Amino acid sequence: MTTEQMTGAQALVRALENVGVDTVFGIPGGAILPAYDPLYDSDKLRHILVRHEQGAGHAAQGYAMVTGRVGVCMATSGPGATNLVTAISDAYMDSVPIVAITGQVSTSLIGTDGFQEADIAGITMPITKHNFLVTKAEDIARTIAEAFHIASTGRPGPVLVDIAKDALQAPVAFEWPVQMQLPGYRPVTRPHSKQVREAARLIVEARRPVLYVGGGVLKAGASAELKVLAELTGAPVVTTLMAKGALPDSHPLHMGMPGMHGAVGAVGALQRADLLVTLGARFDDRVTGKLDGFAPGAKVVHADIDPAEISKNRHADVPIVGDAREVIADLIVAVQNEHEAGRRGDYADWWRQLNAWRETYPLGYDTPDDGSLSPQYVIERIGRIVGPEAYYVAGVGQHQMWAAQFIRYERPGAFLNSGGAGTMGYAVPAAMGAKVGAPDTQVWAIDGDGCFQMTNQELATCAIEGIPVKIAVINNGNLGMVRQWQTLFYDARYSNTNLHAAKRIPDFVKLAEAYGCIGLRCERAEDVDAVIAKAMEIDDAPVVIDFVVNEDAMVWPMVAAGTTNDDIKIARDMAPDWENGD
Amino acid sequence: MSLHTLSVLVENKPGILARVAALFSRRGFNIESLAVGTTEHPEISRMTIVVNVADLPLEQVTKQLNKLINVLKIVELDPSASVQRELVLVKVRADAETRSQVLETVQLFRAKVVDVAADAVTIEATGNRDKLDALIRVLEPFGIKELVQSGMVAIGRGARSITDRSLRAIERSA
Repeated sequence: MTTEQMTGAQALVRALENVGVDTVFGIPGGAILPAYDPLYDSDKLRHILVRHEQGAGHAAQGYAMVTGRVGVCMATSGPGATNLVTAISDAYMDSVPIVAITGQVSTSLIGTDGFQEADIAGITMPITKHNFLVTKAEDIARTIAEAFHIASTGRPGPVLVDIAKDALQAPVAFEWPVQMQLPGYRPVTRPHSKQVREAARLIVEARRPVLYVGGGVLKAGASAELKVLAELTGAPVVTTLMAKGALPDSHPLHMGMPGMHGAVGAVGALQRADLLVTLGARFDDRVTGKLDGFAPGAKVVHADIDPAEISKNRHADVPIVGDAREVIADLIVAVQNEHEAGRRGDYADWWRQLNAWRETYPLGYDTPDDGSLSPQYVIERIGRIVGPEAYYVAGVGQHQMWAAQFIRYERPGAFLNSGGAGTMGYAVPAAMGAKVGAPDTQVWAIDGDGCFQMTNQELATCAIEGIPVKIAVINNGNLGMVRQWQTLFYDARYSNTNLHAAKRIPDFVKLAEAYGCIGLRCERAEDVDAVIAKAMEIDDAPVVIDFVVNEDAMVWPMVAAGTTNDDIKIARDMAPDWENGD
Repeated sequence: MSLHTLSVLVENKPGILARVAALFSRRGFNIESLAVGTTEHPEISRMTIVVNVADLPLEQVTKQLNKLINVLKIVELDPSASVQRELVLVKVRADAETRSQVLETVQLFRAKVVDVAADAVTIEATGNRDKLDALIRVLEPFGIKELVQSGMVAIGRGARSITDRSLRAIERSA
């Protein structure tokens, strides 16, 4: 153990270095100012000065998603801290490990409504895995170690560390390593072997099983194990929005994405299943539709690292608490044992049904007949040309669903998006963070024009800090997903969804140029490939492509909110024929 | 729906009561009664929480509470295998005419008079819910001027302690 005299701020920077941080996204301000002084001297920490704290939070998420390490964002007290709230909430919903460090007013001012005071620990209590208010310099180093441990272990999530200004200024004897004090924190990662054996028994006895795979499988780095389990059992796999790429989209056992805008085959598989083997998924309402009508004939095996997810929404017949990788590894052995004992599932009839759905109802879209550009076509071409090695980062809305549907994800973690929270404005800063975390990989944001206008000031950060992301703005001039609901459920009364793109306010090409980026525009199908190729050639500046697309395109299939998955429509008023292929 | 008594051992740290209370309101669970105090170990506080839920939401309550980093242990106390007590202080109108009747009631319930004024007495009583409800019913006709209750505390019967192992966890991590 080493002991050294320093300030609380120096202890903070040293502790961040010691837990392995190399990048911090943030903005200084009064209360956090003491921390920025030693940060200035650190040659291990790169601080990236963002333009809005929300951008720092999403960038930390993007960084965490591609590196598998904890992302870090930093802000001052009051408004600096409250601007992080959306990103923290997003990280909480999608279980992304980030640590947010905020300055707090000095302890003598806490509770007095001091200048730039906000009770950020109170505010973020329901949207963090845990948070800390640190008022003593000697607690800083230990708290940082604890925050990183909590954020990155068990079910990952955001942790906020709020540090009073006088604690940053006070002298302290810095000691490292530190002894963590977390007696109440003991995440379970080893699954119960009896439960695993029971799950294996159900798998070989089932006639219509489905592996229902969620983001936990990606978080656990369990894609290789998942592929082995799928091929060993021969059971179909569906991957949720948060699990895209957990099994390659091209894999023959892959039935696609389930849910509100899922593939008919994937939704049908869940609905008709007699067994759901749920791995790191949480029966979100966007997957289940109306819960009463979800997978009515299925027994449920539910494996999750968070015990509170099990039987929260749907009763689990076989609950398994554990890390997805360990669960799947154990399941492989247990299923092999069943096979060796001569018990093997026969899913031939099931596959006849599944293949019929898959062939009859593939994902598709209509080309607009007015000559305007199809948004799905643009996204599909980006995926094809840029290829499976890139990272794709979507905002929230129609373009997000099309990015999930029409880009083929062949490797784990290639798709980043805001799933649980549905945060418009996620894409640009998250792409920025992803590019910092994976500088040698192409990072493409697929954004909407509504989303883009919420956080595009980070283009300045990208240009100045040398972070050459590509931003494809799927510009339909509308809040497209809201407009789609207005078309379907509000009699086509388009209340406040038109962003008036025809007036080109703002002109995204000029906006990109004003921010020091390359701005390109594409309005015709025949130019799409060329403009994508051109963007790919540029790697010394961020690129924004304004794809001006048809505003009437809709996301299909769709399970309308409040209805059951059986009511899925493949187009307006068009339901699939479930018995087809029997 | 039924009443369940949870003993929740928590680290004695600032903000933990807010975390627990916020979790209940956010997840839509109703607290019937809540009592907090330190235990025989100063670093551990004990909350006795009475919730009115069905079995399945109770499992959710427990699991969600367990996710709070400062929560060390949760034990549901079975009413038949535990002692459950509440304390009530009640200020009752009692003038020369009614005072003897009020005092008789106090004796019947083995309660205590802790303050006397010209036209009122303050009564302290402990017991389980049923006993205290009965006492309050009997006192009501005299005129209850003010009433305050502690919330339930409860402890398991027998020699076993639920705090021992939690203390060991704290000692290990310190």
